[in-house]
Amino acid sequence: MSASTASHTPKPAAKGINIGHILLEGRAFFALIAIIITFSFLSPNYASVGNFLIMSNHVAIFGLLAIGMMLVILNGGIDLSVGSVLGLSGVFAGYLMQGVEVPSLGIILYPPVWAVVVLTMTLGAFVGFVNGILIARFKVPAFVATLGSLYVARGAALLMTNGLTYNNLSGKTEFGNTGFDWLGFNRIANVPVGVIVLVVVSVAAFLLLSRTAFGRWLYASGGNERAAELAGVPVKRVQITVYMLSGVCAAIAGLVLSSQLTSAGPTAGETYELTAIAAVVVGGAALTGGRGGVGGTLLGAFVIGFLADGLVIIGVSSYWQTVFTGAVIVLAVLLNSIQYGGLKRV
Amino acid sequence: MNDIPQTNPDASEVVLAARHVAKSFGAVHALKGVNFDVHRGQVTTLFGENGAGKSTLMKILSGVQKPTKGEIILDGQPVELHSTMDAQHKGICIIHQELSLAPNMTVRDNIFMGREIMGPFGVDYAEEERQTRALMEELEEDIDPLSKVEDLRLGQQQIVEIARALSVDARILIMDEPTSALSASEVEVLFKVIHDLKARGVSIVYISHHLEEALTITDHAVVLRDGNMTAYAPRSEIDLEWIVVNMVGENFDLGSPPEVTFGAPALSIENLSVPSHTGVGLAVDGLDLDITAGEIVCIYGLMGAGRTELLECAAGRLKNTGGSIKLHGENVAGLTIAERINAGLVLVPEDRQRDGLVQTMTVGKNLSLASIGNFTRGLFTNHADEDKIIADSIRDVTVKTDGPGAPIGSLSGGNQQKVVIGKMLVTDPSVIMLDEPSRGIDIGAKAEVFKLLAERAKQGLAVLYTTSEVTECLSIAHRIIVMRRGKISATFTSDTTKEAIMAASGESMVA
Repeated sequence: MSASTASHTPKPAAKGINIGHILLEGRAFFALIAIIITFSFLSPNYASVGNFLIMSNHVAIFGLLAIGMMLVILNGGIDLSVGSVLGLSGVFAGYLMQGVEVPSLGIILYPPVWAVVVLTMTLGAFVGFVNGILIARFKVPAFVATLGSLYVARGAALLMTNGLTYNNLSGKTEFGNTGFDWLGFNRIANVPVGVIVLVVVSVAAFLLLSRTAFGRWLYASGGNERAAELAGVPVKRVQITVYMLSGVCAAIAGLVLSSQLTSAGPTAGETYELTAIAAVVVGGAALTGGRGGVGGTLLGAFVIGFLADGLVIIGVSSYWQTVFTGAVIVLAVLLNSIQYGGLKRV
Repeated sequence: MNDIPQTNPDASEVVLAARHVAKSFGAVHALKGVNFDVHRGQVTTLFGENGAGKSTLMKILSGVQKPTKGEIILDGQPVELHSTMDAQHKGICIIHQELSLAPNMTVRDNIFMGREIMGPFGVDYAEEERQTRALMEELEEDIDPLSKVEDLRLGQQQIVEIARALSVDARILIMDEPTSALSASEVEVLFKVIHDLKARGVSIVYISHHLEEALTITDHAVVLRDGNMTAYAPRSEIDLEWIVVNMVGENFDLGSPPEVTFGAPALSIENLSVPSHTGVGLAVDGLDLDITAGEIVCIYGLMGAGRTELLECAAGRLKNTGGSIKLHGENVAGLTIAERINAGLVLVPEDRQRDGLVQTMTVGKNLSLASIGNFTRGLFTNHADEDKIIADSIRDVTVKTDGPGAPIGSLSGGNQQKVVIGKMLVTDPSVIMLDEPSRGIDIGAKAEVFKLLAERAKQGLAVLYTTSEVTECLSIAHRIIVMRRGKISATFTSDTTKEAIMAASGESMVA
């Protein structure tokens, strides 16, 4: 008797506050629309295709970091090292582009750009692997493990260049290593390569999350690691892989950024990890894991990027930009807690 | 349910009373109009199986939850308890089964936590210490007020909890399973304390699964079953049998062992030892167990008997220090949880919220979680295949849900449990182990779960389940095994009696 009545529990307040519900669900999207409309009124230069492409090229860097960060946060972790890995990757790519001297053979190797890309992504994966091993095998809290690699990676980047910047990344035709510009600086059909890279990575991440077993494992182990483990999910492997993917995303961002800037400096990407976390949170992911998606994270990155660039365009001081960004993040977290926690009490 | 006593047969003064108290959680009725009296300076024991509504009633009496219907009468006046703090101010204190002490802090700090004595220069530690010392003297316990709680034995920690209750001048003290973690000598101390408290006019509400132990100290017995009060009597009129009959009821049918022809040995456990999670001693101690295809085996035992450790070791979550586990003659040592699932050995864990469900995922995705490989083609999962698996599973285990996309939290406890079981059945196992499958679900759902298991056994599935409720042993199980301190203390066939099982578990012995 009681068993049959105990079904069909209605979802609380789903019907009554329909509009509020939609606004809450699509808050990142509506925030982006509001930002675009507001700045379009404030500045005639804001709403143009050219400007959107320029802004999107800026967003690409944060977007790439945020995609990797989202994977980690979905798993219930955090990766503070992405900004440093971005910097280290840029410097590493710059180092390879300058030519690698092999003293024992008395030659200088000039790896082609594709090899530079592969090696740099491998470096990012390696840093992520170390993070993952520390966290999954040795039970170091993710915050501490990745804080450590934040410092180590940044220090390594500074050591590699002695604090200096690689300014010439264009390579030489006679060595066959030209084409670094095609990683972020150039445009294809007037679209900056950085934006295209972001689109490709996003689509890959979307397919990974929605269509592969790994994606399901990721959501499950982020939502309830013990339950996932008992259901046969290799939770440790998932955890390590997630940090490796985050490292690869950071390396890609490092390549794109140094190509955009046509220079690779060891301090590139400082505090970018915080912007990436902010984008993920604004995009509606739960820091406790298990909730979030590619679409939301991209929206989050665009909200933060378009807001920051808009404030620059209308000439607001950069100090105010910092204040606004902070306010947006707090508001986003507030709405997240309403969505995931508060509604239950209705 | 027809002869609920409306009046109090005992003449002594009633300090706290519940009148027609009902509590519903959504569509689940945990309490259905209960009357309950607490007498001044006496012990009232509440008996009932898991899910009978004992803890809900205690939560209502201590201000944790508010009743849906009915009222609480304190000293003859109807009162509303808004919070545990409010209840405490009115003299009602509860000591939970899981102690609520801060282990990193001292005894003194724990006792005065939240109501620190303030002097002119901040907290008056000297006065707090003096009062703590006085309390400990009163309880005749040699506990230093400045020692940390984590350094105390569990029994001493229990004493600290009691001291805290006394320090707020509790007139009514609710103790939920206070002896479950105590040694025999500590139980003796506790009972002496209870006698002293009674002499001081403190009224005590006592809850325990150790029936005989409770009988030695109680003055009144109240029995709950399925949210109803089924019996009430003073100590002089009752015995163990009376309690058991009223706890379980006469017409309680969870099915009978299905008629199957036992097949080949499915799971063989030999001389298995599993270390206890505290690191001291063994949770499972040289245990042997064989189950054949189609057989249903029930493991009965008290908390801490080693049932969970046995199953978790077989499933691959815990490592064994000795012995072997064989599945169809193949040793499973070294296989991961996932590999054991693929080999056909699955576990439905005890705590479905903590170990069974992913709360952030839908009903459907929870159901398909253990069998993702079955609908993955190459790199990508196939949604059509997955939807079919989910739809079949929802039908097979009769989950009542708005659909596969409903949040898992929208289901009732029984249906959530069916999802956890269904998830493992989808993997097409040959041996299923269920740890307390009936925990926290109502009788209707219980019966459905057992029916489902009996049907699967007819198809050759070997079933091993544990329970703390003796009636559930005498349902579908062909064989009943009683575990005690990591060992099998007795084996019964399905024609045994409840009393025999309980005796073998150590339940009806005075600790």
